[in-house]
Amino acid sequence: MCTTCGCGTDHVHIDGVGQPLARGSRAPLTGVEQFVPAPPAIEGLAIGAAGVHAHGTTAGRIVQVERDLLAANDSWARRNRERFAADGTLCLNLVSSPGSGKTTLLVRTVAALAPRRPVSVIEGDQQTSNDADRIRATGVPAVQVNTGKGCHLEAPMVAKALEKLELGPGGVLFVENVGNLVCPALFDLGEAHKVAILSVTEGEDKPLKYPDMFRAADLVLINKIDLLPYLDFDVDLCEANARRVNPSVEVLRVSARSGEGFDAWLAWLERRAVAASPAGTTARDEARP
Amino acid sequence: MHEMSLAESIIQIAEDTARSNGGARVSVVLLEVGRLAGVELDALRFCFDAASRSSLADGATLVIEQPDGSAWCMPCSVSVPLANLGDPCPRCGSYQLQVTGGTELRVREVEIH
Repeated sequence: MCTTCGCGTDHVHIDGVGQPLARGSRAPLTGVEQFVPAPPAIEGLAIGAAGVHAHGTTAGRIVQVERDLLAANDSWARRNRERFAADGTLCLNLVSSPGSGKTTLLVRTVAALAPRRPVSVIEGDQQTSNDADRIRATGVPAVQVNTGKGCHLEAPMVAKALEKLELGPGGVLFVENVGNLVCPALFDLGEAHKVAILSVTEGEDKPLKYPDMFRAADLVLINKIDLLPYLDFDVDLCEANARRVNPSVEVLRVSARSGEGFDAWLAWLERRAVAASPAGTTARDEARP
Repeated sequence: MHEMSLAESIIQIAEDTARSNGGARVSVVLLEVGRLAGVELDALRFCFDAASRSSLADGATLVIEQPDGSAWCMPCSVSVPLANLGDPCPRCGSYQLQVTGGTELRVREVEIH
């Protein structure tokens, strides 16, 4: 347990049930490991890895590992991605600060999408099932992952939550990450795209302050644009800042409250859902004779 | 504060390496953490010390190499140094940069006893 911010990855709950996750869900070592003979000890001086030496100790053996720290997470993400491909499901990882309107945006999005495609949601929060309850109220299945003290979702948590969801061909799975613009940037969950949501009540310079997240995202949704008349927020500057850290990022302006800009957002989703689905299945209503 | 998760990964890799090579203890872990990897080294060391207690890596020294950031500038068509994400190309001032180095995040060597 970290006492700097209280963060840790123990005590994960899915729909209120404790999960023996994270550290037990390890992937086997896959790197090519090889022995390197230890250098000779000189008069009680041991020289170890990276030339570090400890007086009075014998040198150990140095094993070259060359293994990514995120390898275990990434192997789970790969498994999730294979499942999405097999099911023909588009998975999006929604990331933002707390209070950007992510859940409101999601409620409006799933309500518009559910009549046309199978939709499901995985909600990540430290505590409470409030967000999953809001999604379920629309009739869309949702699984709540409570990370306890954890500040981000990891791929094994999504794998576990997937056990409770049926993904239909041509469907869309939204994973709403823990509200945090720092940590979720690093963890691949197996999604097709990270979508960063930024509201106009935040600063235009947020992409510059949190460049890792905006570099990891493929799409930025600038939300709450119905409030623009009351604010000094410069949307063009915000877009330019996002492109400074990520030249190829797409940006859409929306209001989850009024629905403004939703046609473009839903069209973005539709194109990707068709591409992800088996043989490019069209939406239900379009498929009807 | 993803450093806790990273520290736990380091310990897992160190312990796996020790066990699969007949070691009983880990004394040094050599890490590579790029300057653009988004990792706070003080936090990582703090978390490693806390999380490694009663593991095979208890008391182990973390040695951290920090590769510099670099990027491919599309207008210049050359590799340029990049100190921070969001900085412009030092040659032409463009932001059309693709990060090519400095995001490394891996365990390179483990010393076992």
